[in-house]
Amino acid sequence: MSDMTGEPQGTEAPKPEKKKGKWSRRAFIGAGILTGGALVVGVAIRSGKPSERLQKLMASGDNEMLINSFVKIDKDNIVTAVVPHVEMGQGSQTVLAQMLADEMDANWEDVRILEAPGDSAYVSKDIAREYQMPNLKVPEILEPTLDGTLFQIANMMGLQITGGSFSIRGTGQRGMRTAGAAARQMLVAAAAEQWGVPEEQITVDKGIIAHKASGKSAKFGQFAGAAAEQSLPALPKLKTPDQFTLMGKPLQRHDIPAKVDGSAVFGIDAKIPGEKLSYAAVKAPPVVGASITAMDSDAAKAMPGVQQILNMGDFVAVVANGYWQAQQALNTIKLSYSKTDADSLDADAIFARYAKALDEVGDDGGDVETQTGDANASYAKAAKQISAEYRAPFLAHATMEPQNCTAWVKSDGSCDVYAGSQSPLKARKVAADTLGIDLEQVNYTNTYLGGGFGRRAEVDNIVMAVRIAKATGYPVKLIWSREEDTAQDFYRPSATSRFSAGLDDKGKVVSWNNIHTHLFDPQEAPQVPYYDIPNNLVRKVEVPMHLRFGPWRSVDHSQHAFFIESFLDEVASEAGEDSYQMRRKLLAKSPRHLAVLDKVAKMAGWGRTMPKGTGLGIALVPSFGSIVAEVAEVDLTGKKPRVTKVWCCADPGYAMNIDGFVAQMESGIIYGLTATLYGEISLKKGAVQQSNFHDYKMLRMDEAPQIFVEVINGDPERLGGAGEPGLPPLAPAVTNAIFAASGKRIRELPLSKHRIV
Amino acid sequence: MVQTTVNGKAVTLEVDPATPILWVVREQLDMTGTKFGCGIAQCGACTVHLDGTPVRSCSTPISEADGKAITTVEGLAGDDGVLSALQQAWIDVQVPQCGYCQSGQLMSAAALLRDNPQPSDDDIDAAMRGNVCRCGMYNRIRKAIKIAAGTDQADSSAVEGAEA
Ligand code: FES
Ligand code: FES
Repeated sequence: MSDMTGEPQGTEAPKPEKKKGKWSRRAFIGAGILTGGALVVGVAIRSGKPSERLQKLMASGDNEMLINSFVKIDKDNIVTAVVPHVEMGQGSQTVLAQMLADEMDANWEDVRILEAPGDSAYVSKDIAREYQMPNLKVPEILEPTLDGTLFQIANMMGLQITGGSFSIRGTGQRGMRTAGAAARQMLVAAAAEQWGVPEEQITVDKGIIAHKASGKSAKFGQFAGAAAEQSLPALPKLKTPDQFTLMGKPLQRHDIPAKVDGSAVFGIDAKIPGEKLSYAAVKAPPVVGASITAMDSDAAKAMPGVQQILNMGDFVAVVANGYWQAQQALNTIKLSYSKTDADSLDADAIFARYAKALDEVGDDGGDVETQTGDANASYAKAAKQISAEYRAPFLAHATMEPQNCTAWVKSDGSCDVYAGSQSPLKARKVAADTLGIDLEQVNYTNTYLGGGFGRRAEVDNIVMAVRIAKATGYPVKLIWSREEDTAQDFYRPSATSRFSAGLDDKGKVVSWNNIHTHLFDPQEAPQVPYYDIPNNLVRKVEVPMHLRFGPWRSVDHSQHAFFIESFLDEVASEAGEDSYQMRRKLLAKSPRHLAVLDKVAKMAGWGRTMPKGTGLGIALVPSFGSIVAEVAEVDLTGKKPRVTKVWCCADPGYAMNIDGFVAQMESGIIYGLTATLYGEISLKKGAVQQSNFHDYKMLRMDEAPQIFVEVINGDPERLGGAGEPGLPPLAPAVTNAIFAASGKRIRELPLSKHRIV
Repeated sequence: MVQTTVNGKAVTLEVDPATPILWVVREQLDMTGTKFGCGIAQCGACTVHLDGTPVRSCSTPISEADGKAITTVEGLAGDDGVLSALQQAWIDVQVPQCGYCQSGQLMSAAALLRDNPQPSDDDIDAAMRGNVCRCGMYNRIRKAIKIAAGTDQADSSAVEGAEA
C-alpha cells in the first residue's frame, strides 16, 4: 500500500494540475441547490488519464482512491456530511465529519453523517442523481465528473476500499476539508451580499453567521439557497491548526450508541424487508484449489429444515430454514476432493522451501529493494560481524464477525446484496460479474463491519452468496462457521528474513544486509532509510504458495518490523550498547523519529533497574505515514510469560480525533500481542490445521497489558494513519523485553512455540 | 413447544428443542443484537442471561429456556429506553470499536455487577475472560465497568462529549 505522504494536500481544487506523484489528478468542486432548498457542495478528485499504467497501479492494491466528498446544508440548519468510507470501528466516519464541520465552523450537534453507498454516486449517473438522500439531485456542475473517468475507472477496478489507513489522510485532507471550507465561503458570500457588508467582517461560529457591527446574525439554513448562487471559490482556504475548533478534539463517535443497545446492523444481521430468509452453511475443500469429486448427502437431505443441498464444485452449500439447521446437516455430509500439488505440504516444508530459495540467491541475487554504498564489501571488512535469521508464520484475520453475505437473485435477473465490506464498490462489481448482469442491476447495501483488518477487502463471501442465491432463486443469508472462516482466509504471508550487519572498531553500524522471502510486494516495509547506516542492501525473493494471502493489519510491516527491530536489538547487544541509545544514534538525521523514541523511553522510565525476571524492550516503526515507538514490559516470573505494560508514543502528523487515535493504538497493540503470543496458521497435508478459538487463540481480558499512549502532533500538513501503525512495533518490543529479562533471543513467532519460563 | 420469556415478554416457540437459544432469538424472534462468533462457547459474543445467569447462547439449547426468562442486550435498557448505567459508561469511555463483541461484553459485565457491585480487577478478569474482543478494547471495558460500579471516574480529558 502506498504511502501517500508525498502527495499534495487538500487544496488543489479546481485547477487541473500536474503532480510529482504517480499520476496527475484533477480536482473539481461544485455546488447546487436541491429541491427543498438545501445547498450541496461537493469535491471530486479524479485521475487525469486512466492509462494502462494507472490501471495496473490500482489493480496492484495500491489503494489509491477516488474521492467524492459532499456536504448538504438543509434549510433547518442540519449539516449532512456524506462520507465515502465504511465504518469498521476506526471511527473514521466521525473524524471525516469532524474535519468537514471544522472547516465550515458548523455546529457539531447539527452535523449528521451519511455513508456514501457503494452502489450509488461512484458508479452510475442515474443512481447518483438520487443518491441515498431523498430528493437529492447531483448539481449539474458535478455531473461531468460523476459521469466521466471517475465512473469508468471505478467500474473497471472496483475501487473505494477502506484500508491502508487512507481515509483520514486522503479523503479527509483533500476532500472533506475542501468541501467544508468551500461551503463556508459560499455561505459567507451570500450573507455579505444580502446584508450589504464586506465578507471580511463576517464571522462564523457554531453554525451561526454574524456581522458584529450591524448586529445581524443568521443560521446556515437561512443562506443555503442564496449560497448556491455564489460563484465557486477557486481555492478554498483551509484552516491552520491554531484555528481548529473540532479537529484534534476527542469527539464521541457517531456509531457507538447503536453498538451498546444491540441495534447496530452488521452484515450477519441483514434483513430483506418483507421477505423470509433462508440460511446457507458452506464447506470448501480443506486444500485451497482442490475441487469436490464426490458427495454423500443422504443423511443431510432427511434432516429437519433442509431445503436444498448444492454441490458447486468448489464448495458445498446446505440451504435450510435456519443457520443452525443448515450447519448441522452440512456436518453430516461426506466429501471427496481432487488431488492438488499442495497435498503433501506441511508447516516445516514451507520454511524449508524459503531457506532453499534464500540459499540459491546468495549474496547478491534476488530483487534489490534498497542499495546504498556497498554493504557486502563493508560487511566483509567490518570489525565485528553479526548475522541472524528470523521467521514469521501465516496468520488469519479472525474478525469477530465470521464471513457472511445475504443475496437475492430475482426473477427479473436483478440482485439485492447485503454485506459489510471494506470495499463496497468492489463487492457490487463482483456480484454483477459473477451473475453476468449489469452493475445497475445489483442493489448493494453495506452494513457495519464486525472487524475488517484487511479480510473484508476480499469479496469471496459475496461471490459465494450470489452463486447460492442464483441457484435457489429465493433470498439466502450465507454464514460461514468460525471453522470455515479460519480455514478459508486470505492469510498474512509467512516469511523468512536473513540479516547481517557490520560494526566498525568504534562499534558504529556500517553495513546492513537483508534478504527475505515474499509472497507479494512488501513495498516500504523492509526499508530502514531513517536509520543512518552508510551501506545498505535489502533484497527479496518471491516464493510461490498455494494458500490465498492478502493484507492483514499493517500488511508487511507486521513481519518486517519484528525482523528489523529484533535484529537491531541483537546488533546493539553485540556492540555492548543499550538498545535505546543505539537507536538514538542511528536516528541522528531523523528528528521526528527521534522525538518519538525519546518520548516513549521517558514514559516507560527506560534505564531503571528492573526486578529479576522482568524486562523492558523498545522498538520504533514508521508505517502508513505515522511514526510509532513502543516499550513493552514483560514478567517471566509466573507460569507463562506476561506482558504487563505497554507504553506507546505516536507521531501521526496530527491526530484529528485524539481519543479515536488512542483507541486505534490500543487496538493495534492487542491485535499485535495476540499474534506475538499465539498467532500461527500451520499446514498439514496442504490444509490449514487451525479451526476455532481453542486452537487459534485470542488474547483475553486477564492477559491484556495496561496501555499508555501519548501523541505528538509533529506535522499537521502530513497526516498519518491510525488503524495500522500501532501494531508493528509491538512484537519486537515484547521479544526484546524477553531478551532483556532472560537473555533469550526470540527469532521466530509466535512465543507459544518457545519455552520461555 | 417451548415456553419462555424474552426480555419480559412471554413467547411460545414451535422449534426443534435442540436449536441453540442464539439462533432462536436471532432468526425466530428477529432480535439480532446477540451475536454469533464461534459456536463453541469460546468467545462470549452470544452471551445472554437465563434467569439472570450469563450463558453462551450458541451452546445452550432452547429447551433449557423452557419455563425460564431470557434477557438479551435489547433488554438491558429500561422500559422507557433509558440506557442502563453500564451502557452509558460504555458510551462515556467510547468502548466499542467494530462493536461486534459488545453485546456479549455488556451481558457478562451486567451479570458481574449485579452479583458483585464493586468488583476488583481479579473479579473483572474472572468474569470477563470468556469474552473475546478482537478489536482489543479490554482496557476500556475494564474502565467502563469500574465507572458503572462507581470505583473509577470518567477521565474527562480523555473522552469529551459532543460539544454544544
Ligand atoms: S458464539 Fe457463543 S461463545 Fe462464541
Ligand atoms: S469491538 Fe470489535 S470485537 Fe470487540
